[in-house]
Amino acid sequence: MKYNIIMKIRHLKTLVLITVMGTAVTITSCKKNLVPLGGQLTTADVYKDFKNYKPVLAKLYTSFALSGQAGPAGNPDVIGIDEGFSNYLREYFNMQELTTDEAQIVWNDGTVHNLHDMNWNNQNEFIRAMYDRIFYEISLDNEFIRQTSDAKLSSNGIAGSDLALAKQYRADARFLRALAYYHALDIFGNVPFVTENDNVGVFFPKQIQRADLFKYVESELIAIDGDLGAPRFEYGRADKAAAWTLLAKLYLNAKVYTGTDRSTDAITYASKVIAAGYTLEPHFKNMFLADNDKSNEMIFPIESDGVHTQGYGGMTYLIHAQVGGLMDPVAFGIKSGGWSGFRTTKQYVSLFSDISGNTDKRALFFTNGQNLDIKDEFTFTDGYAIQKWRNVTSTGAVGTDITGNFPDTDFPLFRLADVYLMYAEAVLRGGTGGSTNIALGYINEIRTRAYDGSTTGNITSGQLTLPFILDERGRELLFECTRRTDLIRFGKFTTADYLWAWKGGAANGTGVEDFRNLMPIPSTDMINNPTLKQNQGY
Amino acid sequence: MLLCAFLMMSVMAFAQTGSIKGKVVDETNQPLPGASVSIDGSTLGSVTDANGNYAITGVKSGNYTLTARFVGYIAAKKTATVSNSVLTLDFGLKPENTNLNEVVVIGYGTARKKDLTGSVVSITAKDFNQGPITTPEALITGKVSGVEITSNSGAPGAGSTIRIRGGASISASNDPLIVIDGVPVSNSGIAGIDNALATINPNDIESFNILKDASATAIYGSRASNGVIIITTKKGKGSDKLTVNFSSLNSLSKITKEAPVLTAAQFREVTSSAQAGLTDLQKAEVGTANTDWQKQIYQQAFSTDNNISFTGGIKGFPYRLSIGYLDQDGILKRDNLKRTTVALNINHDFLDKSLKIDFNIKGTYTDRLFANQGAIGSAVVFDPTQPVYSGNTKYGGYFEWLDASGNGNPSSLAPRNPVGLLNESTGHGYSKRGLGNLSLNYTFPFLKELQANATFGGDITDGMGNNLTPATAAASFTTQGAYSQYFSENYTYNADYYLKYSKDFKAIKSHLDVQAGYSYQYFHFYTKTENNYAADRTTQLSVGQQQFPGQYYIESPFGRLNYSFMDRYLLTATIRDDRSSRFSEKNRNGYFPSVALAWRIKEESFLKSVDAISDLKLRVGYGVTGQQDIGGSLFPYLAVYDPSNISAGYQFGGAFTNTLRADAYNTLIKWEQTATSNIALDYGFLNGRINGSVEYYYKKTKDLLFDTQVGAGTNLTNHVYANIGNLHSTGIDFNINVIAITSKDINWSFGYNISYNKITTENISAVNDPEASRAYGGIPGGVGNTIELVKRGYTPFSFYVKQQVYGENGKPLEGVFVDRNGNGNTIDDFYLYKHPNPTVFMGFNSNFSYKKWNLGFTLRANLDNYVYNAVQASNGAYAGLKFQGYLNNIPNSILQTNFQQYQLYSDYYVENASFLRMDNANLTYNFGKVAGLTSLKVTANVQNVFIVTKYTGLDPEVSSGIDNNLYPRPRVYSLGINVAF
Repeated sequence: MKYNIIMKIRHLKTLVLITVMGTAVTITSCKKNLVPLGGQLTTADVYKDFKNYKPVLAKLYTSFALSGQAGPAGNPDVIGIDEGFSNYLREYFNMQELTTDEAQIVWNDGTVHNLHDMNWNNQNEFIRAMYDRIFYEISLDNEFIRQTSDAKLSSNGIAGSDLALAKQYRADARFLRALAYYHALDIFGNVPFVTENDNVGVFFPKQIQRADLFKYVESELIAIDGDLGAPRFEYGRADKAAAWTLLAKLYLNAKVYTGTDRSTDAITYASKVIAAGYTLEPHFKNMFLADNDKSNEMIFPIESDGVHTQGYGGMTYLIHAQVGGLMDPVAFGIKSGGWSGFRTTKQYVSLFSDISGNTDKRALFFTNGQNLDIKDEFTFTDGYAIQKWRNVTSTGAVGTDITGNFPDTDFPLFRLADVYLMYAEAVLRGGTGGSTNIALGYINEIRTRAYDGSTTGNITSGQLTLPFILDERGRELLFECTRRTDLIRFGKFTTADYLWAWKGGAANGTGVEDFRNLMPIPSTDMINNPTLKQNQGY
Repeated sequence: MLLCAFLMMSVMAFAQTGSIKGKVVDETNQPLPGASVSIDGSTLGSVTDANGNYAITGVKSGNYTLTARFVGYIAAKKTATVSNSVLTLDFGLKPENTNLNEVVVIGYGTARKKDLTGSVVSITAKDFNQGPITTPEALITGKVSGVEITSNSGAPGAGSTIRIRGGASISASNDPLIVIDGVPVSNSGIAGIDNALATINPNDIESFNILKDASATAIYGSRASNGVIIITTKKGKGSDKLTVNFSSLNSLSKITKEAPVLTAAQFREVTSSAQAGLTDLQKAEVGTANTDWQKQIYQQAFSTDNNISFTGGIKGFPYRLSIGYLDQDGILKRDNLKRTTVALNINHDFLDKSLKIDFNIKGTYTDRLFANQGAIGSAVVFDPTQPVYSGNTKYGGYFEWLDASGNGNPSSLAPRNPVGLLNESTGHGYSKRGLGNLSLNYTFPFLKELQANATFGGDITDGMGNNLTPATAAASFTTQGAYSQYFSENYTYNADYYLKYSKDFKAIKSHLDVQAGYSYQYFHFYTKTENNYAADRTTQLSVGQQQFPGQYYIESPFGRLNYSFMDRYLLTATIRDDRSSRFSEKNRNGYFPSVALAWRIKEESFLKSVDAISDLKLRVGYGVTGQQDIGGSLFPYLAVYDPSNISAGYQFGGAFTNTLRADAYNTLIKWEQTATSNIALDYGFLNGRINGSVEYYYKKTKDLLFDTQVGAGTNLTNHVYANIGNLHSTGIDFNINVIAITSKDINWSFGYNISYNKITTENISAVNDPEASRAYGGIPGGVGNTIELVKRGYTPFSFYVKQQVYGENGKPLEGVFVDRNGNGNTIDDFYLYKHPNPTVFMGFNSNFSYKKWNLGFTLRANLDNYVYNAVQASNGAYAGLKFQGYLNNIPNSILQTNFQQYQLYSDYYVENASFLRMDNANLTYNFGKVAGLTSLKVTANVQNVFIVTKYTGLDPEVSSGIDNNLYPRPRVYSLGINVAF
């Protein structure tokens, strides 16, 4: 019996041991891990500390320049396409340039050839990537604007000079949102409409009509004028002049967007920009080099930096894809090599009477080993190559990336020459408030610069016509993402009035349906948001 | 006591009769309650009580024969001489059909096979695949119906894709839960080695128990939708005698086939032909060498796998200690894996066997030299007319294509010299793993029906490595070489407790088990950010992105009830309540119930006397399981901001600032749920010599965790993980095991299994749009190109291609496709055609022995699986031959197709990859006890003996369905010796 009692005590001891061990492990391990984040920032934390505001604002800018949070790649912002492809500027270039006489791409990436062949449909992943990028930018802007409302700033204890800065940042975000919506209305027309008043969640955003979106963008740009910084107050930031330039673009194209000509307003805002103290870069080619951030012609850039702002879209794409054939990558500051992507059509080449670049310095063709005609869409040596963008400074130094991969060259989304051309065009289109003489002066300023200081290329007032403006824009703004919009405004994008190689998928070009002046709403969003109505024709 | 004995003796003496008492136990010395013991030729007899004791009284003196019987056991006879005393006669019964009484491991406990109601397959060491096996899952490849195991490559230690009944998810993981000695291991890999499972030495494994249907897996709740694999390692056995077992297996691996590309002679012929269309400049680039690049990069590889184990007991503490060392070269030059493993098990029964303790600990260290696998693709496309070495010292002396501009730099678009890639890249990976558990099982002495069990487990994995490319290498000439490092550490620990109450209710012929428990598991992940440098290890090239340690836990009360009536009608019901911190508090709870019924038809009177049928059992089960292993972030419900690295900043004025990104989130995210119905029939004939089962299942997954595009502008990016889809799968698993011949000298047994599985997508859209689709399956030949699609009504990842039109000569017509929608062009005429999943797969294994010789082999076949031959598609055109400043080799399919341009989306490249493969053939001679040894065995093995297939590429077995330069699976010849003393 004694033995039994000892046994029982031992058993109890064991039982207690098991229970204690078990309880201990369970209690120590439980509950405290409910939000196991190890230092990650939640939304609520971010906005309590003003030092986070600038990094959040910076993200709204990098979303135009980069593909994600890990430069050059590895943590993408959007998915559904290769990370490098998902970049805003890259797709904006594809929409605005690959569809036109200025560029055809060699590669065999998915449906990229359908862009130049003008037979794209609502499943084209490049069109979808553009659309997704635009709405990505808008969503981030909305989030920042939502989190920096006066009430939120106050409840987060942002005061004093921080408060003033926060409000300016908010105006930056509203500018960037207006810019993205401008691209949406230009490329897609009627799109889902979301603002800071819509919370993150599951809902079907209402579709806004193109003309209404026009009004919204216009009103936003006017509303933030007081909060934005003065022109050129800080490089890279959206300032008043950036907003004015965007308004001028909006008004210049208003007839396309709304049916109503607004050339007078275009002149008003172009004039404000011109009066803001910008000057043309003395040498044309320097505007597209690694130190173009120093240029006084730059109004609003999309930046790139060989060390701090790295990605496979943006300027990395524009410079590398340009280089192939016998072109020497080292001369372009990209010793890691060209990607053999873009060539131009012979119709674009014919905009220049002298293609050598000896007179008009804007004729930046590379012809050695290249054929003028594009016989084979997949061969780089068919079609003249372009040597506009370089990762080399005006003094010949190579960019800062020692691997020769990521350029320092910024993309001039808005620059003075474009504003001069818009002014002249608005005057020619009958806008008031400007004058033909002033317009002629601006154009000849551009042309004198193009002819490297010589006035031999200057034109007379009789030569200053709308067709001349379209051609001049082609010469001046090649590969600067404005060609598609310009051709549409001049009625030449889809029609047989102007044919270029492989337009409509024919070697000599053919007209296509007018509905292609707008891109389709991607099929993915048609499915995700059943309230949307597809653009006519798709 | 004395008084009692005296009284008894006096009673007996008075009656002039004796009595017999004793105990009836099973083969594991466990008491057998309800066994009958009778005296032959009389009506005297008794039935054992709960402790297996019986007593027969009133037996007249004399000689008797007694028989003990128990259902499922071979009756045992013993003779006894009874006098006027109490005679003790114990019986140990052996199961008549070992198969049925086999104890199998189920979630949180064990069960006898005959009591199972769910679909559980147990494979023990004696049935494992033979040969040079370095990772555990290869032990059972082809053995289990419904389980498809495809090795990912031929690299040393390469992992496998394991699919139990085809998987149940699209975006979330389809990998089964793997539980090693009670520790559910994380699915995340270990840095520094190809595959986390390769850190477990297959030689230490005792058994695999595969839980296939929901009634078996639901006890694992939210991690069980893809099935559960329970791995149990070898344990120390009872005796104090030390047994040493040593085995050594030495192998030679050889490549079986090269990817079919043009030879140097064919290349010269093609490049000079008119249809290839080379310019004179390009023709001049054709070289004079004859280089078989694939021959240059592969080698005959040697490997050795040595294991020693010590089993015995120290003062009654049984233990097993094993040490293993593997040194395996890959067939790709400079590829090597060295692995050292140590495993220790100690188990003991304390306190009069009421407390059982089982302790396991395993440690592994691996040292991996990673060959640059980029050489494989490069060898396929590199110009065979160029030499390996250039004759000068640039770029390490290797021939490289230079930039067309003549600037002397390597061409950025051309492939790099395959031999240079191999020799000028050194990748070291090191990993460590510690895995252990302690299990305590306590039977309450005052209430023997009640057991308490506590299991504590932990798993720590540590991986690190570095890659060095010297400054001379063409592959990184822009950076002057490259040096990168990586490090990660993950760990998990778990604590499981349960109480189990078992009781027989004889009056109502019932047995009841009730089990209730609680499980807690914690996971921790940490990846250290490392910078990248040039080969000098000082020039910084890039800065790693900040990583946050991840952690989450799952806590889960669970319960199980087993009820059997008349040993014939079985009911099992389980429930688990999982709470995973990966979901918001609102959606944290998930209930996973299951119920199953089984009917042991054999026990019915109408079958009991049918000797030919030894077992017949019908099982029906239904259960709900979950999936919480979402891809992407650990906490998709939480709104967080993600910092950028230093290379993704922006310049404001003169200064750069890093950025903070608002990440998308979905507060509504919750479990994915799979409901499985299972109907099965287990059968056995001729006393189990023929046995097996046939099962039918229907699985339906709802609230599919799907990485889906969201309405533009509604979230903070264009996609989130959301519970939006449904899919279902149906299938049949059949297996049969036959002991065909059993005799003294000749024994032959074989097993065959066949599985049918079909998965159909029902919906992948939040708005239930039938047209919603999602592209998967990236292919080479253009960035961002995909070949697979998920869409309603089709098997997930079906190929999305254009239908090729063929000419009269049977050759494909370039660019001509069927205008399926009749709109006059074929731009949008894609269609869904076939899929990578085999609809039917099977395995066959045979084991034949004659005296001391043993011959075994295993065969495996997949049917109706298709593979997109990307090696040919992405290069198979004259356009793939000629470039600015360099030439590429192309597949010899060009001789068939004559394609000028790539036809990436032609269904011509979707090939039938059905195959029959002999995985292994082995011959063993067992010397038995010789020269003072307990046993000596010598084995010869061939792995990957042959393959029969129509597939034109290197190897048809590609689980992704996209053949893009697979690391070839070698044929391996091995010799092994196994000694015990």
